[in-house]
Amino acid sequence: MSGRIMKTRPWRTATAAALGLALAWALSGCETLNQLSEGITSLAVASGDLTEEQAASINRSTKAVTKTFEDITPEQEYYIGRTVAATVLLGYQALPTPKLNDYVNRVGQALAQFSLRPETFGGYRFLVLDSDEINAFAAPGGLILVTRGLLKCCDTEDELAAVLAHEIGHVEKQHGLRAIKTGRLGSALSTLAVESVKTLGGEQLAEVTKAFDESINDITGTLMNSGYSRRLEFEADGCAVDILRKAGYQPGALVSMLENMQANWVATRMDFAATHPPPGDRILQLKRRGLAASKETSAARQKRFDAMLQSL
Amino acid sequence: MNKWILMAGVALAAACAWGGEMSVQVREGQLRNRASFLGAVSGTVAYGDRVTVGQRQAGWFEVTGSPSGATGWLHESALTPKRIVTGSGVDDARIGASGEEVALAGKGFSKEVEAEYKKQNAKLDYVWVDRMLLFKIPEAQLVEFLQQGGLVQ
Repeated sequence: MSGRIMKTRPWRTATAAALGLALAWALSGCETLNQLSEGITSLAVASGDLTEEQAASINRSTKAVTKTFEDITPEQEYYIGRTVAATVLLGYQALPTPKLNDYVNRVGQALAQFSLRPETFGGYRFLVLDSDEINAFAAPGGLILVTRGLLKCCDTEDELAAVLAHEIGHVEKQHGLRAIKTGRLGSALSTLAVESVKTLGGEQLAEVTKAFDESINDITGTLMNSGYSRRLEFEADGCAVDILRKAGYQPGALVSMLENMQANWVATRMDFAATHPPPGDRILQLKRRGLAASKETSAARQKRFDAMLQSL
Repeated sequence: MNKWILMAGVALAAACAWGGEMSVQVREGQLRNRASFLGAVSGTVAYGDRVTVGQRQAGWFEVTGSPSGATGWLHESALTPKRIVTGSGVDDARIGASGEEVALAGKGFSKEVEAEYKKQNAKLDYVWVDRMLLFKIPEAQLVEFLQQGGLVQ
């Protein structure tokens, strides 16, 4: 029995070390996770609780974890978002109607100020796509593209706001960057953390461009083909409700917009239906939060919304 | 825990521990006369500017910009505890500073990498992306839009 205890003890210690690490990180604020990991595992090695090999493994894992999407700076996120948006635009035409785009940007940029992340490197911008599909794409950093077909699912400005707030939620939670597969960024970002030459050498540029290419493919593959998980879609709906409420819009407009969408839902279509949970599932989640459908709006909002509809 | 709340906590702890200084991590930050985007703009700070951080209120920091000296409230999502190193300061970054402490402006996924990627993907067209970025609605007009819609007072 004692032999069994001896055999499992290092891993129990490792678990305790990991918990201690997380707690220490949360409390320290300015210490880096890597430094803490190395400090704790050194102690564990010194006390005989971990072997050198186990300590090295934990430290390597910690370093790998820290080279994830969270190491992408807002400036880098901006450049990823630009190329994601440009890639979406390979398959869709922009709707070049200044009044419509101006209106959608007024609603969207106002809403973004009420998100938990009102500031991104380049700011939030919205563009209407000339397509009957029901679809929307939130590129990292705040470039949001919405089809004419999705706008037609809205009966009020509040419902339009619900559509845009959901997409802002994806940006706020960095769902696009989370789609980048683990391991894509490690070498590229590690190199960049220590190499501060003004211009990248050919080999470095090729390496970083390859990581960029793979990251873009991961994100656009998710946005355009596979879709986010149901959990992330529900999370974006949760953000949308909070944003709508803070801005003064009817949060129930998200439910009524989803009901409109449900009426036009064709499960086999290669648009929103291919990348999103059925509206009924999202409605159910929202109703569990106590939300009821609402068509309520103000006369002033309806007037400007109707004027916008004319340009669709 | 919500990532932004956690980041705010870390940023706050870092700001206190590091002499109350943080960096602006957005292209242009608007300083306001109160902790709300409905407050009047009292100044601007630019990407990489260091700011001295004062009190925090509902996700906003009261900051003083350097070198401008401009004072006002800035949302925490515009700030990072990292020092952002641009052009002339790159040697400092090479000497002893880790990636966790310093962000290199214009490095990594950057304009340079975008240009290289574009070379490899000739069909990509950034014309509408660049136009989108011009769709910036002035802050005062956003507030007016909300007020006209009966959304905020």
